[in-house]
Amino acid sequence: MKFDVRKFGLGLAAPALAIVVALVLTSLILLAAGDPVLAVWQVLFKAPLPRQAVAIVNEASVLYLSAVAVAIGFKMNLFNIGVDGQYRIASFMAAVFAGAHFLPGWLNIIVSIIIAMASGAIWAAIAGVLKVGRGVSEVISTIMLNYIATYFVAYLLKGAAVKIEGSNATSTQVLAEDSRVPGINLEGLLGTGREVYGLVFLSIAVGILFWFILSKTRFGFDLRATGQSESAAVASGVNVKRMVVVAMILSGAVAGLVGMPLLFGQDYAYGDTVQAGLGFAGISVALLGRNHPVGMAVSALVWGYLNQLSNGLQISAGVSDRLVLIIQGIIVLSVVIAYEVVRRAGLRMEQSRVARELDARSTLEPKGATA
Amino acid sequence: MQKVIKSVIAAATAALTLTACASGTTTPGASSAPASSDAPKVKIGMAYDVGGRGDQSFNDSAAAGMDKAAAEFGLETKEAAATNGEAESAREERLNQLIDAGYDNIVAVGFAYASAVGKVAKENPKVKFAIVDDASEASTGDNIMNITFAENEGSFLVGAAAALKTKTNHIGFVGGVGVDLIKKFQAGYEAGAKAVNPDIKIDVKYLTQPPDFSGFGDVAKGKAAAEGMYQSGADVVYHAAGGSGGGVFTAAKAAGKWAIGVDSDQALTAAEDVRDVILTSMLKRVDVGVYTFIKSIHDGTFKAGNTVFDLKADGVGYSTTGGHIDDITSKLDEYKKQIIDGAITVPTAP
Repeated sequence: MKFDVRKFGLGLAAPALAIVVALVLTSLILLAAGDPVLAVWQVLFKAPLPRQAVAIVNEASVLYLSAVAVAIGFKMNLFNIGVDGQYRIASFMAAVFAGAHFLPGWLNIIVSIIIAMASGAIWAAIAGVLKVGRGVSEVISTIMLNYIATYFVAYLLKGAAVKIEGSNATSTQVLAEDSRVPGINLEGLLGTGREVYGLVFLSIAVGILFWFILSKTRFGFDLRATGQSESAAVASGVNVKRMVVVAMILSGAVAGLVGMPLLFGQDYAYGDTVQAGLGFAGISVALLGRNHPVGMAVSALVWGYLNQLSNGLQISAGVSDRLVLIIQGIIVLSVVIAYEVVRRAGLRMEQSRVARELDARSTLEPKGATA
Repeated sequence: MQKVIKSVIAAATAALTLTACASGTTTPGASSAPASSDAPKVKIGMAYDVGGRGDQSFNDSAAAGMDKAAAEFGLETKEAAATNGEAESAREERLNQLIDAGYDNIVAVGFAYASAVGKVAKENPKVKFAIVDDASEASTGDNIMNITFAENEGSFLVGAAAALKTKTNHIGFVGGVGVDLIKKFQAGYEAGAKAVNPDIKIDVKYLTQPPDFSGFGDVAKGKAAAEGMYQSGADVVYHAAGGSGGGVFTAAKAAGKWAIGVDSDQALTAAEDVRDVILTSMLKRVDVGVYTFIKSIHDGTFKAGNTVFDLKADGVGYSTTGGHIDDITSKLDEYKKQIIDGAITVPTAP
């Protein structure tokens, strides 16, 4: 396979264009609101401090899992909006099981992670079955399942909650020391005591597996084929209904992993203050990264960077840190537009190249014909 | 966006009216005027819960405590608020940013900050912290003051007030988010109402369930929940829903019935056109807690550990603004005395 410089350049052009558009539009919004534009960008484009760098990697590792879960659906033209509910159900189930400490140490962690994947998969499968069995749009059903997940978990948490003396928070049993995944200490390298989640390797492994299955296996081919043309897939013997359910199950299983770095590397329990909205952030990250294993890793880091640096906005620039949601929203909108613009530009370039070559040939051919 | 701007304006006006008599700080980052001495001013970094300054309730109560201290001692202050569903790292980073900016006394408002305070306090042993609403092991340290309240005791009194004032023997409770802390309000309220009338009907509704904390800042949800209760016959509704309480008051005004405020004396802090429907407010004196912390820093008498603000310490109570409950205060004070004496034990869970 030859490395195509032009294709690569076009691939980068879209996200870059989107980010530039987002910066310009956000500046305009800031101007309109009378906020200090320069101060905002100074805060957001500061080199991250060591502790922030660690937080960016940590956040990216979580967002990446969410993005992969979404991307599995996207590859098949399935919009799994339900990653949010799936990861919360899964985290809760894993937290309850791990908190019971039936198993020792690493075995407890591994079995809990499998339980999380199974819970996420089952929750997602509901939407898959509804789609193939009853023709219910997965967009609608997964959104509804998100709400159900919130109340279902809140209800179950009531039963599973363990009272912590002096605390007003509700949470499951806190994991014992040996059921936690140790963080990676970068004290010597960065000079901060903050640790990178040990489960960052889980994210990397999931990324590699995602790439391998999609581009190197028969199943991955069927998946992509179904996404690109259902009729062609049917013609080549793919059972589309089965693929829909399988894709939802896979997507849900990966969604189940989203909360694992948080559970085993930071919170050690599932409670009120668990981070919400990771599933929706994953949709944005997958869109920005074009469902590409490396692209999504880069966009997860960009997202983490924006989130972490925005924490200083209120304090250093006097602007609400909600501003970063506007920036991220505009990036996603512009990225969709930018891809279309770049795609058309690429198409035009391709057309003119072909036209040029045809011209060259036609100027040659008459000579041959007259000869 | 408009909502944000509106609440900022509301916050600014509320803060201005509250501190009109004193030249306290009202804007983030501004330092207060009274330079009574040359001594370096105490620097306070304030990390609010979701809603921030301007929620007319929980966070505003904390802000009022800081404003009072600023008026007395002259402080340099910086404020930042949490967002709904944020990452744990965002809370840690907020505290870190305040410390980096030179604010070496930090107030964290709300139990969500528990582990963040514990972690950051360990990393910064010279910085002093106060955390409101948490005294768990996670937030215990040599440089941390824990400020907790007996919300159930204060709620008992307003529950009794509701039961004494209702004509339909039917009252309501609107909780912001279904967390243990808010259930403590519910438990006290129900116990107080039943102490007056064991057969009273009490509607209970929580606006959202965790991890969705929007129930503390959603006026529309608060309004819808209260409307439902008034329509089904309730004539007094108590809210423990932070910023959503504004909607409860609007519904009470429209129905011509009573509402009970929470945390701050809301007959003074709520929007002006609804103040006359506020029967009383359950005071949770977060302002006293915050003021106590800042004063201890100022006087050099900081003490780590848990300080419980209960009825006995006047850390919780009820307000009489408007004079709507003047006829029953003697009865309420009798209950108050019994709780302080231990004759009544108020439950903490419904």
